[in-house]
Amino acid sequence: MAAKRVAIRNHSAEANLFARRSFIALLGVIVMLLILFSNVYELEVNSYEKYQTRSNSNRIKLLPVAPNRGLIYDRNGVLLAENEPIYSLEIIPEQVEDLEKTVREVAELLDISQEKQDKLFKSLRSKRRFKPVELHSRLSDQQVALFSVNQHRFPGVFIDARLKRSYPFADLTTHSLGYVGRINRRDSIKLEEQGLSENYAATRNIGKFGLEKFYEKELHGTIGHQEVEINNQGRVIRTLDYTPPIPGKDLTLTLDIELQMIAKRALSGKRGAIVAIDPRDGGILAMYSNPSYDGNLFVHGISTKDYSKLLNSKDKPLINRTVQGYPPASTVKPFLALLGLEEGIVTPETEVWDPGWYQLKGVKNKRRDWKKWGHGKVNLTKSLEQSCNVYYYDLSYKLGITKIARMMEKFGFGDYTGIDLHEENRAVMPSVEWKRARYNQSWYTGETLSVGIGQSYWTVTPLQLAQAVSILVNKGEIKVPHLLKASYQTIVKDGSNELVEIPHQVDEKRPIQLKNEQHWDVVLDAMHNTVQKIGATGYNAFKGTKYDAAGKTGSAQTASIGQDEEYNAEEVAENQRDNAMFIAFAPYEKPEIVVAVAIENVAKGGGATNAAPVARQMMDQYFGDRVIVSKTKHFHHTNTYGEKYLTNSGSH
Amino acid sequence: MRSVGTDQARVRTIWQKLHIDLPLLFCLLSLMTLGLFVVYSAGGQDMAIVYRQLIRIGVAMTAMFVIAQIPPMFWRKWAVPMFLAGLAMLVAVLLFGQMGGGAKRWLNIGITSFQPSEIMKIVVPITIAWYISQDNLPAKVENIVIAFILVLIPTLLIAKQPDLGTSILIASSGIFVIFLAGASWKLIMACVGLASAFTPILWMFLMKPYQKQRVLTFLNPEQDPLGSGYHIIQSKIAIGSGGIHGKGWLQGTQSQLEFLPERHTDFIFAVFSEEFGLIGVAALLLVYLAVVMRGLWIAANAQQAFTKLLAGSLTLTFFVYVFVNIGMVSGLLPVVGVPLPLVSYGGTSMVTLMAGFGILMAISTHRRFNA
Repeated sequence: MAAKRVAIRNHSAEANLFARRSFIALLGVIVMLLILFSNVYELEVNSYEKYQTRSNSNRIKLLPVAPNRGLIYDRNGVLLAENEPIYSLEIIPEQVEDLEKTVREVAELLDISQEKQDKLFKSLRSKRRFKPVELHSRLSDQQVALFSVNQHRFPGVFIDARLKRSYPFADLTTHSLGYVGRINRRDSIKLEEQGLSENYAATRNIGKFGLEKFYEKELHGTIGHQEVEINNQGRVIRTLDYTPPIPGKDLTLTLDIELQMIAKRALSGKRGAIVAIDPRDGGILAMYSNPSYDGNLFVHGISTKDYSKLLNSKDKPLINRTVQGYPPASTVKPFLALLGLEEGIVTPETEVWDPGWYQLKGVKNKRRDWKKWGHGKVNLTKSLEQSCNVYYYDLSYKLGITKIARMMEKFGFGDYTGIDLHEENRAVMPSVEWKRARYNQSWYTGETLSVGIGQSYWTVTPLQLAQAVSILVNKGEIKVPHLLKASYQTIVKDGSNELVEIPHQVDEKRPIQLKNEQHWDVVLDAMHNTVQKIGATGYNAFKGTKYDAAGKTGSAQTASIGQDEEYNAEEVAENQRDNAMFIAFAPYEKPEIVVAVAIENVAKGGGATNAAPVARQMMDQYFGDRVIVSKTKHFHHTNTYGEKYLTNSGSH
Repeated sequence: MRSVGTDQARVRTIWQKLHIDLPLLFCLLSLMTLGLFVVYSAGGQDMAIVYRQLIRIGVAMTAMFVIAQIPPMFWRKWAVPMFLAGLAMLVAVLLFGQMGGGAKRWLNIGITSFQPSEIMKIVVPITIAWYISQDNLPAKVENIVIAFILVLIPTLLIAKQPDLGTSILIASSGIFVIFLAGASWKLIMACVGLASAFTPILWMFLMKPYQKQRVLTFLNPEQDPLGSGYHIIQSKIAIGSGGIHGKGWLQGTQSQLEFLPERHTDFIFAVFSEEFGLIGVAALLLVYLAVVMRGLWIAANAQQAFTKLLAGSLTLTFFVYVFVNIGMVSGLLPVVGVPLPLVSYGGTSMVTLMAGFGILMAISTHRRFNA
């Protein structure tokens, strides 16, 4: 290497060369610095807003705060659905060092079952680690206390206080109130479609059926938000802002819980339904289906065992019988009588001879009356008082199915009443078209006769019956039955809460117009007689009331009986026994309450002995000690049939 | 320069005797002091981390001061033995080195372990400067080729550890010597062409999968925002959200809420930008520019070709730190493990850097007496 050495070095040339190269290097450095600076300039100035937003979305999270669900009261302010505070034990896996050990120790402390622990580990797999997972859903006060004392031992485990929907009257209100339950996948999809997902971000439960479902929008309220700052672990560092949720509207129902209790007591041990309506506005006073079940079971998820018990019970408690179709039997006779008058087929004075049977010309088959030896001469009033079948065989034959169907549809049969429940059944108002569509068969005249006594394919729901009677007593005015009386919205005004009442708007449908308005009174008067006249079918049940009731009985066959067989309740299977029906209203002069009763498979007797007393209990409760004397008590003096019956229709 | 005044003699007597270059020292102390503040903010406002950094600064300052006392010609004399010893240690690292973070970088010599590659950051420029300065400048092509080979050996050994950041720094230090020695532009162009031709080979045979991943991530960080792209995305968010004025010291949400990874070490520039904004960045870059200008001034005023080349190379290599670090943190370059010089938390690189500045100060202050 020494050989390489050059004797003469040109120091100044080297220095010049080096200075040039250094200068170029310096220029290079400056250019590079400018590149760095312009890049940072691009980030901090040109893209500032973009990165500012991303920085904030890193650190700021909006935690949804669920609104409190609106409460539900009966018409007198009795609480029917409330929010009860409950405590659940939650665990954040990310904050727990030894998950298995912690869960085991907590479970031991609070006596949590192995099954629940297994379930937790299962759900842990699908959850994000910093989200709380429920370890125990309902802690007793004792468990809350026990855990609170030991909380320091379990970082990452905490008690979450929540409000749980609760129905203090349990099975008494389930069929009308419905219940709330966990939001499932189907609910989520539906909420998504309605664009409500965001509003439900913090909500666990949703109305599953009944009023809870129908008025879900009103009851739910509007979500609130807590704006928090979090770190990279998702842990909340501090709260930045808070927008309180707007609680759901409180609802007041037209239901009267005391009347509801009477209904339950009256139906105890029976399968059946009662609907009571205030005909003046269509408000439902009572709506009870027996047997019922406790909706509270469903709020936190019912166990499979409990559910299959309800599902497989032969009494079918899950069915809401108030909106389920029953053969109406003789309860529809007042409506047919009205149609007969309107069509001019009968007058109040027209008499039909009832030998105990009815036979169509050219048909061998004889239709029997319920009274073997017949009612003799029967006019319209007597036909209702005694529920004479022959009169209605004859009448329906003369009317024909089409006229019957058209008129009955006006009274709401075979269609939804429009009540504020989603679970309503239309039941069936048969007609030629209906049979063609349903069975692809033509209509037989014999079936018209059966329709004439409320049998054959004809089914009505107790709610439809109650509505039809309301239309009758309102002389054609149709007020859609409803359970909601008013809703209450809390409005914050100048820092203080103000409760604003929003009354329920009663829907009205086009009224039924009669050619002769007096026909209403003829029929109503006959119903009045049915209850008030000694010997009439409804008399015994309402003997001695201080109010003035009117009504109509009905006993429906559920199984067909052969030509010469005789029905004997004690001999046929329980589920083939007759159904007892009754419709009633009171007071006769200015009706305030309409009751429809249906009782399935009664052991003995029919509507008069089984259903009418139930209707009376309802009315007794409704009127209490009120004394309402009728101005039209003529029936006590006319005790024999066959003589001309004077009505005072149109006089009031 | 202020030092060229009436008090020149007095200044010289104090600082020249101590072999300290005052303007350079001032710049370096500014950077380290700033580093302490940013480390405090980035390290979760923990004073313990600041104390540890202070100790490192003390060690680094001592190293600088001691090395500044050594006449620069000493390094020239010992260049060959140091280079050979360095190579031996690099080979030893590959054979017996300690694993750490997926790479073999550390050599345990009983009392302590150290990174031979750090020592090579100083030894390589010394060796190349020694070799080139034997002949007249501009350097001849054959000398340049040999110098290249001398650079390539340690570079490849370090790249094999693997330590891409350090091998880049070492390769640059050698290449800067060659450049400053007046390698012809034709040759430079040819090398650039050769290097680009070499890239596919590098990609296919020499780069480890994790290194390839880094490059892919650099090209499109949003592809895997929670995985490999997380660092660079969070870093850009931190810088960008700082804006012109910054969020203020200790107020950077990206760093304080720990969204930014490696915030007190390699990604400390992002913390600085978030909290001090564009104005802070401009000031920081100006200080770095001042260091480079002072370093090049020392080089230009050095008396020998060896000291000129060495001083120039050390200075420009220091700038490579700055460029690679800020470039990677702000998304201009793929992520390679290079700290922000004198600001990032961490001992090894700081001691090496200050040792380099010790040599610069020696070159700056010993020349009068060696002339």
